[in-house]
Amino acid sequence: MAQDVWVLGTHMTAFGRYPDQDAVDLATNAALGALDDGGVAISDMDILACGTLFQANAGMGQQVQKQIGQTGIPVYNVSNACATGATALRTVIMAIRAGEADLGLAIGVEQMGKMGLLAGGARKEKNVYEPSGRYGAVMPIDGILGTDTMPGVFAQAGMEYANDNDGVGFEQFAKVAQKNHAHSTLNPLAQYQKEFSLEEIMGSPMQSYPNTLLMCCPTGDGAAACVLVGEERFATLSREQQSRAVKISASVLTTDPYVESGAMQPDVNTLTRNAAQAAYEQSGVAPGDLSLVELHDCFATAELIHYDNLGLCEPGGAGDFIDRGAPWRDGETPVNVSGGLISKGHPIGATGVANVYEVATHLRGEAGDRQIEGANVGLAHVIGLGSSCGVHILEKSGIS
Amino acid sequence: MGQQSSRWGNLPDVQIPLVDYLVLGDEPHLQANECANCGARFFGRRNACAHCGHREFNPVRVSDTGTLRTFSIVYRAAPTIPTPYVSAIVVTDDGTSVRSNLINIEPDPSKISLGMKVKLDTYVVGTDDDGQEAVAFGYAPV
Repeated sequence: MAQDVWVLGTHMTAFGRYPDQDAVDLATNAALGALDDGGVAISDMDILACGTLFQANAGMGQQVQKQIGQTGIPVYNVSNACATGATALRTVIMAIRAGEADLGLAIGVEQMGKMGLLAGGARKEKNVYEPSGRYGAVMPIDGILGTDTMPGVFAQAGMEYANDNDGVGFEQFAKVAQKNHAHSTLNPLAQYQKEFSLEEIMGSPMQSYPNTLLMCCPTGDGAAACVLVGEERFATLSREQQSRAVKISASVLTTDPYVESGAMQPDVNTLTRNAAQAAYEQSGVAPGDLSLVELHDCFATAELIHYDNLGLCEPGGAGDFIDRGAPWRDGETPVNVSGGLISKGHPIGATGVANVYEVATHLRGEAGDRQIEGANVGLAHVIGLGSSCGVHILEKSGIS
Repeated sequence: MGQQSSRWGNLPDVQIPLVDYLVLGDEPHLQANECANCGARFFGRRNACAHCGHREFNPVRVSDTGTLRTFSIVYRAAPTIPTPYVSAIVVTDDGTSVRSNLINIEPDPSKISLGMKVKLDTYVVGTDDDGQEAVAFGYAPV
């Protein structure tokens, strides 16, 4: 049996815009913060994994080493769409479980600035039509044969759920954004910290029905990092380090298995369901045990369907779940008390580490105004189109 | 301007399909590659089956009619793309999922209902400098 792995230290930068810093600065700040938080040094690390999507070929991990210590340890630069951060984390977890490392550092970072709409290519009028690519297309098909845009793709995922289940519509999706914007007002690290009424959310500019502007995550900059330790080394740490450490009870990464419609509309459900099921089995935790959940609300439509995919509500019951206030911070299962991607922000490579930072901070009882009282177990979920899904379940130390 | 190859005879090369799985002619229709082992259907060039790994495919004609599985009304897109448009996933009567726009329908959620019956139709989406027309497909309410 592979050894247990713990989060020893963790840190995230506030998400937002950093015109005066580069991604190396952001990653370095997160890395140094996590090392300090764990009471360890870069010289203690046996492995480093660094996730970034838009600078995937930049050797970001080595660039960070140049700033914080070139100790010669192996570096894994990873890129896995919106699951990039979770993949960096899991790379270090696997190395520790495999017995190749005692301590490791996982970083997620992204600098996007005001990138705006992701995916959905501009159409260039070709002078002479010639078929190219795997579909023999004579021009980009986005906007002619459906949409490639992220707000649109996730809108369709939500509307598909509405097709299959009663009590789900524009208003239920908008309520998700209302909750997350409200939650963000308690999180000083969130990119936006402003509450909006349901009317303001439903009346904000439509991006892709039913997702309005206030139901879409922003682009932005930020980084997060975790120092991880295996249980053998954990046993040698100080009492204070052990009591603040957070146990990783499950770490799962899945991809999308074949479904008939998958080539036309990315299936964000099956791989999330598979990851959640595996994580619940690994940890022995049931959805009803969760004190809080940070899930991948890139769009309001996405959060709603993941209530069902993660087993937080009755099958088909996601509309009722939000209608009865269950995922609010004072509800049955608080979801995205950080403000979620919609309001906290979504610097892509950072997100899958920042979610773990958020859950760990609550389990330590150090989340300040947004603390979920008595939190002892939490779940962090990310999904990247293509697709990959990461689920981590974390538990409070239990050592005082 | 060249002559069109064998697909629809020796006609002047005035129209070209937007994608190669749209077959033009008297009865425009979609053509899928169907796995010879498991029957999974795919559009476009395939190396092996994503469902079972089999490497042989047969071309099959896809049903022209189907139902609306899901949609979004897209208002925000790259600058050169006309908006709003209705993006949709249609499930054809023979069970094949197709991604396309809904056409001949108002981009208004109250006019679009999940599960509505739709039918394939084609239209000219652009003309190149040689006068060659690109023909796209979409689904219109029945």
